[in-house]
Amino acid sequence: MVEWTDFERATIQDIFSKINYEVVGPAALSRCLVVYPWTQRYFGNFGNLYNAAAIASNPLVAKHGTTILHGLDRALKNMDNIKETYSELSVLHSEKLHVDPDNFKLLSDCLTIVLAAQMGKDFTADVQGAFQKFLSVVVSALGRQYH
Amino acid sequence: MLSKKEKELIAEICGKLTPVAEDIGSDALLRMFATFPGTKTYFSHLDISPRSPHLLSHGKKIVLAIAEGAKDISQLAVSLGPLQTFHAYQLRIVPTNFKILSHCMLVTIACHMGDDFTPVAHAAMDKYLSAFAAVLAEKYR
Repeated sequence: MVEWTDFERATIQDIFSKINYEVVGPAALSRCLVVYPWTQRYFGNFGNLYNAAAIASNPLVAKHGTTILHGLDRALKNMDNIKETYSELSVLHSEKLHVDPDNFKLLSDCLTIVLAAQMGKDFTADVQGAFQKFLSVVVSALGRQYH
Repeated sequence: MLSKKEKELIAEICGKLTPVAEDIGSDALLRMFATFPGTKTYFSHLDISPRSPHLLSHGKKIVLAIAEGAKDISQLAVSLGPLQTFHAYQLRIVPTNFKILSHCMLVTIACHMGDDFTPVAHAAMDKYLSAFAAVLAEKYR
């Protein structure tokens, strides 16, 4: 089981209580599609992804970005059992969506950078440490049901 | 493969970082130590507490080397020659750590530039830092 310090728990709850899901989610996903263009392979039916501007204004990308970010809510509510919480989603990503689990890390790096840009100085080294630990636990849980 | 536009973006960003090299470099290092504690093992001989002289001077060195390389990216293998030797034979830092520091540099730049660190700028910097890291590791074996 993952051990969380009081600082880590408080930091993570605080970050998510202040996030605008409809801004941060789309920003993170579209950034991922621009910075790591091979991730576009999973979004063949999303329409125009030809350049950064198209990706940024693509409504399907925006909607999906929001959905993904809300997917983190379940970890937020079950921080002491993230592994179990994501077993269904892990099976989905493996068996149905066939997503290479290495991509989860790429998306989580982009999410980190979106938050950093938004929070500026408030995104201190310790806050980053807590946030990235949280994301790495989720990423690990999502990769668990791949065989 | 860096386009002309990407090289311009990289040069522009490095230009912004150079005057505050100490702050950017030490910030990136601190983030790395906080998020990836294994990296601290390379610094047992230095004082790496926030704003320590060691941390500031070390951070400055790194950022200035990165900015210098950006002036002529096609010549990285030449300009990084001495640093390649140093990292391969003296420092012997496991090269996976270059990726980790690169990521923390990107986070620091994002904190510094906010929305100006657009996805396209981010992509360009990520490509440059990957190239830089790859060249740095060339003499390892």
